[in-house]
Amino acid sequence: MNTSVITINQLTRYFKETVAVDNLSLEVHAGEIFGFLGHNGAGKTTTVRLLNGVIDPTSGSMCVLGLDPQIDGPALRARTGVLTETPSMDERLTAWDNLSIFADLYGVPRADMKVRIHELLTEFDLADRANEKVGGYSKGMKQRLALARALLHKPELLFLDEATSGLDPVSAHHVNGLIERMARREGCTVFMCTHNLVEAQRLCDRVAILEHGQLVALGTPTELTRQYVRRLDVEVEMADEQIPIALGVLRSLPQFVLGEPAKPNGALVVTINKHESIPDVLAALVQNHIRVYRMAPQEANLEQVYFTLHEEREGV
Amino acid sequence: MNYRAIFAIVRKDLKVASQNKGVMVPIIVLTVVFFVLLPWLTRLLPLVENMAGDSLNDIEKLLTRMPGGLQQDFSGLSLTQAMTVYVLKYMLAPMFLMIPILVASVIAADSFAGEKERKTLEALLYTPTTNRELFVAKLLSGWLAAIAVAWVGFVLYIVVANAAAWSQLHRIFFPNAMWLVLILWAVPAIAGLGVGAMVLASSRAQGFQDANQLGGIVILPLVALFYLQVAGVMYFNVIVAILMGLVIWLLTGLSIWLGSRIFQRNRLLAA
Repeated sequence: MNTSVITINQLTRYFKETVAVDNLSLEVHAGEIFGFLGHNGAGKTTTVRLLNGVIDPTSGSMCVLGLDPQIDGPALRARTGVLTETPSMDERLTAWDNLSIFADLYGVPRADMKVRIHELLTEFDLADRANEKVGGYSKGMKQRLALARALLHKPELLFLDEATSGLDPVSAHHVNGLIERMARREGCTVFMCTHNLVEAQRLCDRVAILEHGQLVALGTPTELTRQYVRRLDVEVEMADEQIPIALGVLRSLPQFVLGEPAKPNGALVVTINKHESIPDVLAALVQNHIRVYRMAPQEANLEQVYFTLHEEREGV
Repeated sequence: MNYRAIFAIVRKDLKVASQNKGVMVPIIVLTVVFFVLLPWLTRLLPLVENMAGDSLNDIEKLLTRMPGGLQQDFSGLSLTQAMTVYVLKYMLAPMFLMIPILVASVIAADSFAGEKERKTLEALLYTPTTNRELFVAKLLSGWLAAIAVAWVGFVLYIVVANAAAWSQLHRIFFPNAMWLVLILWAVPAIAGLGVGAMVLASSRAQGFQDANQLGGIVILPLVALFYLQVAGVMYFNVIVAILMGLVIWLLTGLSIWLGSRIFQRNRLLAA
């Protein structure tokens, strides 16, 4: 049975008349990487603040690491690490100063402090610039330093708010590797707010999708794609000169979903209604003398889930 | 209270403020002007005596209108000597008090409003520190810096004032009991008022400059004190310094109490 690290019950938070988190209920299990997806302003950051006892809810209850954030905020924050959306580093201080001040704030034992800071700076490839002011760092370096700061006290639960936003692909890959290692090897639970759906698909054990403060979907990426994606992209490879005929055939099929077929890398990508229609589509093409070299259904992904849900809610 | 965390925040705030020209330039300029330049200018008083002519009578009148305790200070002194003692011991006292209030408010503005402006506050709010520890740390940053500058400045002022007056008095005449009350009683109070006022100003301000301008209002009563003394309406003595300190402590307590109600995590990020 999964141990619950976060339990949220009907959590609601208003800012004056605006509802930021609306009747949210969910659980996050120990050791999992939990993706919290949503557009800007969906309520992700507010939820992180609520879960750390930084702001109070309007109604509802929460239990994080067995504590109530409203009552046990300081004790809870000693066990969580948070990477905020903006790195929020003191740019007039050096990386070393930034980390040593937060090591004091998080109560890292003085005897271990230097070793721990050096270890993290080395891990995040910042050791040789540890004594430079952070103001001179690139965005990626600041983000890595902020992540190092969040990990200083070896938190049991790590909140990441857009951890790789604005990072170059190499830095983002490095950070994602670290997140994965934290969860898989060190047993840290990761609560990851993101709107990078590809990243969430690759990293997260389960995801929750938030729209205007409300939970609209919750499950593993596979569960969600099965549940919500009602169309399938299929890559069809054929001779170039047969493509116009093939398009005519495809458009006449009831299984064909509206939209213009794409043609990346020479193969035609068509959208059909479901996986079970593949044999019918293939049969129709062959009957019309189209020589099909390859037909490959593409894996449905969170991006499709996200947009399906978004379109449903917006009535598109 | 987690003192390690409190002093980590104080250390951070002072380090950050010391890197900010907007903070350091006014502190350095004012320290040099108030603690060195103004007392040193009293060396020019003999020249003024030679040039002033009839207006010397007015100065003489001003000095004779002073309370008995102060008159004792001037007994047996020539007019120039009396003027030197008056300027260095009494006239500059209210101006001296401007230093701690300015240092306290400029550092508190950087610590409260500046932190909001630089967007570094959020990371601090996610640490295990309590609201009270955070608030105390933020108060201490401005308060300790102001007292340190005022006390170091006072030592400097003792040296410069006695050196400047040496050619006139040929003895060490400064400080007196009133100044010790000011330094040990009124300066900590006024530094607290500077910080307290800035906490309140920062809650309305968008940034460091904004807070600085709003909080600058607290200096006006000191300017009024200066003019009251120059006009001969009131004079600083031990009793006045004690009473003034008491009033300032009460105002400081009030401003800090009000500030503590504003400085809550819930309020800081809920805006």
